[in-house]
Amino acid sequence: MSRPDRTAPGQRAWDQDGWWRAHRFLVLRRLSQATLLGLFLVGPWFGFWLVKGTLAASLTLDTLPLTDPFIALQSLLAGHLPESSALVGVALVLIAYIMLGGRVYCAWVCPINPITDGAHWLRERLDLDKGWRLDRRAKYWLLAAALLVSLVGGTVAWEAVNPITILHRELIYGGLVAGSLGWTVIIAVFAFDLLVSRRGWCGHVCPVGAFYGLVGRLSLLRVSAHRPAACDDCMDCYAVCPEPHVITPAIKAMDRGPVILSQDCSNCGRCIDVCAPAVFRYAWRGDVRTEEPSVPIGTEQRRQAA
Amino acid sequence: MAPSWVHNDRSDIDRRRFLGDAARGACGAGILGLALGVTVRQTAATPAAALRPPGALPEDDFQSACVRCGLCVRDCPYDTLRLAGFGRGMATGTPYFVAREVPCEMCEDIPCVEACPTGALDKDLDDIDQARMGIAVLVGQETCLNYLGLRCDVCYRVCPLMGEAITLERRHNERTGKHAEFIPIVHSDQCTGCGKCERACVLPKAAIKVLPERLATGRLGAHYRLGWEEKRRRGEALIQGLIDLPDRGPAPAGPKLPRKLPGGGYKGFQP
Ligand code: SF4
Ligand code: SF4
Ligand code: SF4
Ligand code: SF4
Ligand code: SF4
Repeated sequence: MSRPDRTAPGQRAWDQDGWWRAHRFLVLRRLSQATLLGLFLVGPWFGFWLVKGTLAASLTLDTLPLTDPFIALQSLLAGHLPESSALVGVALVLIAYIMLGGRVYCAWVCPINPITDGAHWLRERLDLDKGWRLDRRAKYWLLAAALLVSLVGGTVAWEAVNPITILHRELIYGGLVAGSLGWTVIIAVFAFDLLVSRRGWCGHVCPVGAFYGLVGRLSLLRVSAHRPAACDDCMDCYAVCPEPHVITPAIKAMDRGPVILSQDCSNCGRCIDVCAPAVFRYAWRGDVRTEEPSVPIGTEQRRQAA
Repeated sequence: MAPSWVHNDRSDIDRRRFLGDAARGACGAGILGLALGVTVRQTAATPAAALRPPGALPEDDFQSACVRCGLCVRDCPYDTLRLAGFGRGMATGTPYFVAREVPCEMCEDIPCVEACPTGALDKDLDDIDQARMGIAVLVGQETCLNYLGLRCDVCYRVCPLMGEAITLERRHNERTGKHAEFIPIVHSDQCTGCGKCERACVLPKAAIKVLPERLATGRLGAHYRLGWEEKRRRGEALIQGLIDLPDRGPAPAGPKLPRKLPGGGYKGFQP
C-alpha cells in the first residue's frame, strides 16, 4: 500500500461485516454496466439479437425503442423533429431517469464510468494530488455550448466528440469502424482524470452527466443518511464518493433532512458500501425518517455540537 | 456581532468573486464552444466516396436528424452500411457506404429506412427505384473499355435499372472507321446511386464512379424556363404571337445564288 498510515476506505466495513457487505453496490454496478453492454454485444458477437443500436438510440427485441434524450434535444435544436419511434424512446428514458435519478445513467449504465473510475483508482494508488480544480459549473457551461453549437451549426454537436457513444459504438460496431481514432478520445479522458484533474471528466466536464443530473433533479430514488447520528467522521464516504460535496448537507446539516438531494449524486451506493456504522441506505425522496444508532461512536459530542 | 462594514466588505468580495467566476465561466464556455464548433465544422464535410443510405435527407438536414444509432446499419442484410469512426473526416457515427467496396443492393422492402427511428432516412421513400444515394458518373473515358471500342458493358449489365439508368449509345468508331462504339450513358433522373456499376467496373480503378448528388449534378438558374417544357405543361406557348423568323442555315458554298422572283426566273440572272 502506498499509504500504510491510513486504512483503505471501506476496510472497516469489510472487517466488520464481510467483503460482500462492503462491496455489494460496487459489484452490482459493474454487473449492470457489463450486462447492459453485453445485451448490445450478444447480437454482433453471437447473432442473438436482443438489443440493436447504441446508447444513442436502440431497439430491444424489435419492439422497445429507447432514445437518448440529450441527443434528441440537440437534434431538435438543430432543426429536426424526430419521428414518433424516437420520441417514444425519449419519453421512456426520461420517465425512467426522473424516477430513478438522472445520474443513475452515470453510475449504472455509462461505459465511460469504469474508465474514469479506473483513472481515479490509479490516481489514488499513485497518491497524486488533486490537480487542476475545475469549476463545478463547467459542465453546465459545456452543456449550454453543446446545445448552442447544435442550434447554430445545425448538427448533433456533442456527438462529434462524445466519448460515451464513441466508446460504445467502437465496441459494438468494432469491425465496421475499423481505422477509427476513437481510442484517442478514450485515452484522453483517462489521462485527463489521471493526470490533470481528480474526478475531472465526470464531475466537471461531461455535459451528458450534467444533462442527466438536471433530468433527475426531482428523482424519487435517493440515498438517505438515515442514521446520521451514527456517523463517526471516518470520512470513508467522502473518500469513495465521486461527488463528495453532495454528502455534507445530508449528514452535517440535519435540519435539511437526511436525504441526499443534490442532482450530482449518481445513486452509485458506494457510500452505503463503505460506511461501517451503516449510516446510508437507498430511500424514497420524501422519506425523512431517521434512526437512532445502536453503536453511537462519538455521538454525544456531535449532538452537543449540533 | 460583526460591525456592518465587515459584512459589506465580505459581500463586496463575494460579489467580485462571483463576477470573476461568472466571467471565467463564460470565457471557458466560449472557448469550449468554439473548439466544439470548429470540430463540428471540420467533420461536417462528407468525403466524396461516402454515400448516404437510401432515403437520407439532404446532407445538412441529415446531419441534424441522424442520432448516430446505427440501427440502419444493423438491418442492412448485405452489410453495405457502416458508421463513420471518430476522426475519419465525416460526422462521427453517421452511416455511409463506399460503392467500390460494398454497394447497395436496393432491397425492395428497404429495411434500412424501415429501421431508422428518427426520420433521417425518409419513410416517404417506398420505392427503392426512387432512391437518390448518388449519381454514377463516367469520367474515365480514356480508360473505359467501351470507349476504347470493346464490348465490356459490365456496368450496364449489373445496373438494377439496366436500360434506364444506364443505356448504351451506339456511335461510329472514328479510329477504325468501320466499327461501332457502345458508350455507357448514365441518366441522372433514373440512377439511384446504388453503386453496383462502380463496384463491378472491371478496371483496377473504376472508370465509372458514383458521386453524391451534390457533387455530381449541375443546377439551372432559378429563373430559367425551358420553353418546350412550359409549352407542354400549358398546352400552348407561354408567349403568343411571336414572329417566327425564317431559319437560317449556313451560307451555301460557291458563288452567291441570285434571288428567285415570284413570277419565276432570277433577279439579275446572268448565264
Ligand atoms: S459524467 Fe458523463 S462520462 Fe461520466 S459517467 Fe456520467 S455520462 Fe458517463
Ligand atoms: S436498400 Fe438494402 S442493401 Fe441498400 S442500404 Fe438499404 S438495406 Fe442495405
Ligand atoms: S438509423 Fe437513422 S438515426 Fe440511426 S444511424 Fe441510421 S440514419 Fe442515423
Ligand atoms: S449507380 Fe450505377 S448501377 Fe446503380 S442505378 Fe446508377 S447507373 Fe445503375
Ligand atoms: S464496367 Fe467500366 S470499363 Fe466496362 S464499360 Fe463500364 S465503365 Fe467501362
